[in-house]
Amino acid sequence: MDEITQPEENLLEPLKEFTAARIGLGRAGTSIPIKQSLAFNLAHAHARDAVYSELDLDRLIENLKEFDLPILQLHSKAAYREQYLQRPDLGRQLNEESTELLERYKNDPDLVIIIADGLSATAINHNSIGLLRVLIPQLQSADIKLGPVCLVKQARVAIADDIGWALRSKLSIILIGERPGLSAADSLGVYITYQPKPGLTDESRNCISNIRPHGMNFKQAAKKIFYLVQEAFRLKISGVGLKDNLGHLDF
Amino acid sequence: MAYHNTIGRKTYRFSDLKTLLAKASPHRSGDVLAGLAAESYEERVAAQIALADVPLKTFLNEAVIPYEDDEITRLIIDNHNDIDFNLISGLTIGEFRDWLLQDETTGDILSRIASAVTPEMAAAVSKLMRNQDLVAVARKIEVITKFRDTIGLKGHFSTRLQPNHPTDDPKGIAASMIDGLLYGSGDAVIGINPATDSLQEVSNLLLLMDRLRQQFEIPTQSCVLSHVSTTIELIRQGLPVDLCFQSIGGTQKANASFGINLSLLDEAYDATLSLKRGTIGQNVMYFETGQGSELSANAHHGVDQQTCEVRGYAVARRYKPLLVNTVVGFIGPEYLYDGKQIIRAALEDHFCGKLLGLPMGADICYTNHAEADQDDMDNLLVLLGVAGCNFIMGVPGSDDIMLNYQSTSFHDAVYLRKVLGLRPAPEFEQWLMRQGIMDEKGDLISRRNAGLIQEMQQLWMK
Repeated sequence: MDEITQPEENLLEPLKEFTAARIGLGRAGTSIPIKQSLAFNLAHAHARDAVYSELDLDRLIENLKEFDLPILQLHSKAAYREQYLQRPDLGRQLNEESTELLERYKNDPDLVIIIADGLSATAINHNSIGLLRVLIPQLQSADIKLGPVCLVKQARVAIADDIGWALRSKLSIILIGERPGLSAADSLGVYITYQPKPGLTDESRNCISNIRPHGMNFKQAAKKIFYLVQEAFRLKISGVGLKDNLGHLDF
Repeated sequence: MAYHNTIGRKTYRFSDLKTLLAKASPHRSGDVLAGLAAESYEERVAAQIALADVPLKTFLNEAVIPYEDDEITRLIIDNHNDIDFNLISGLTIGEFRDWLLQDETTGDILSRIASAVTPEMAAAVSKLMRNQDLVAVARKIEVITKFRDTIGLKGHFSTRLQPNHPTDDPKGIAASMIDGLLYGSGDAVIGINPATDSLQEVSNLLLLMDRLRQQFEIPTQSCVLSHVSTTIELIRQGLPVDLCFQSIGGTQKANASFGINLSLLDEAYDATLSLKRGTIGQNVMYFETGQGSELSANAHHGVDQQTCEVRGYAVARRYKPLLVNTVVGFIGPEYLYDGKQIIRAALEDHFCGKLLGLPMGADICYTNHAEADQDDMDNLLVLLGVAGCNFIMGVPGSDDIMLNYQSTSFHDAVYLRKVLGLRPAPEFEQWLMRQGIMDEKGDLISRRNAGLIQEMQQLWMK
């Protein structure tokens, strides 16, 4: 099969170094050749599996113990994945049980770290601990008082507002699985919100996207987050009013 | 005014026209999310039966969003063609559906009533039509537009070449453009979604495309899909803007969330027209729409997402666009959950757009969190091809690495042209033959002969 499609592929070979787009695929009749077709299917399969993946709670909790912080397990009002996908409003709110649980941990921390499945629990399972191992020591060395680490299922970004508000935290950081793409199914996103409270919108947050070993690596991401956290405390603001002036990161 | 329908012992009451329209809508997740959808299968059909009896005339007297509150309602009412409306003014929505399908109702007649049909009438009748009906009626309507080539002729089928790159890298974009041209893609437009809206970046991309077009004398047009305010500034600076792009919605509030209103669009339209860059026609606007954007902007006024979508077409037709593209599956599963809903929405959008006289194309697409895959898109591709859709997207291997979603590939368009016997835009087809990319039968020629490849050494890439 390669013999049929190879000559055409070679002609466009020099162009491939300029883009990750699927160019120079060749063709079988009018169709995409089998090898390329299956490669696409595999990428889509990874993305689909990521959407339906679940937080590996046992392993996450085991690993989180090293930070010596209380660990809470929470759940949004979206009961299951299909509902989560169709009702983003439910994914933004905590269920009653979770709200009651948080009530007992209300102790005015400076910062609460939230770990949420979002659209890819795979992203959390692969990349959250690695990021926190760089980030948490930095926060602790700056004498920032951390609240409990909150693991949340079926959650959207804005659930950080409910949680931050319930704990009376000055700032929330949510690590959340981003919508999987064909090129990566385990990208982690981080959103920072100063004075979280229900009803905020995206313009109140700062976002750091594409955190994974082959995207923005943990060291780069932690540096950016730490910078934004310090600036948020200094300026008492987050979102569009808080610019990321850290500049080019040279590692 | 309230509407009623009794089924068995149960009487359904719909408090106003917008509620009736919402309840009569085929099921989709966005209407459920908005709290507007029918609560049972029976309620939906009850609403459809009630809607079938509503006279078309009612739609001129009962606005779904008040005239005083919304400039799009004013646009719809003020521009309604009362004279051509006489042909259909005696019909109910149900009778209108049957009339549209009759053999005697030809494409010419349908084109004549385009300006007499309001978006709400089109949305209403579509809710009473099966997918088959939507295809059958749309297929009769020919909407032809021109800039450097002719798009929308019966028997022809065009594509937007979409060579996006995550960092707008000019070489990366050029690589995808060349790949696409070698598959005969790009006769509707070569259109880039820029990663940023910065003037400098957008200028570079415009110059890149214009250079490629002139170097190879390609009879097509280019577009960077930046905000109209950016485009106006680019025109002021003398950059080669062929088409002016904008995303639009069906309510004034939704458009405000896009940072636009009719007067800004008027300004952009006049500025683009003033350049007179079209060689055979002056359709200079390119609009994108998609069901759910009004709800997403919290700007739907309790109107169902499909009716909102069609109201956006009233905005589009004010500017005689070259292309209108419904980006149907991009918005995500909270608006269109699965392949079935995406397919239905695309056929509705295409039908309603054509009925209103627009050059409709579709971005046949899905995201990874939607319950859809390539097979669903293949089905929709054939359906829209049969329905006479003016154009689709052409993305390398279906995978847009900038916008992170899946659209149609260059191959898909080649396939559709082959199985349905459709040709590219005539001027572009001639060019493809001159370049040795396509033969007289419409088949792709082995690429070794393609002039574009042979001349690649001269390009700026190496």
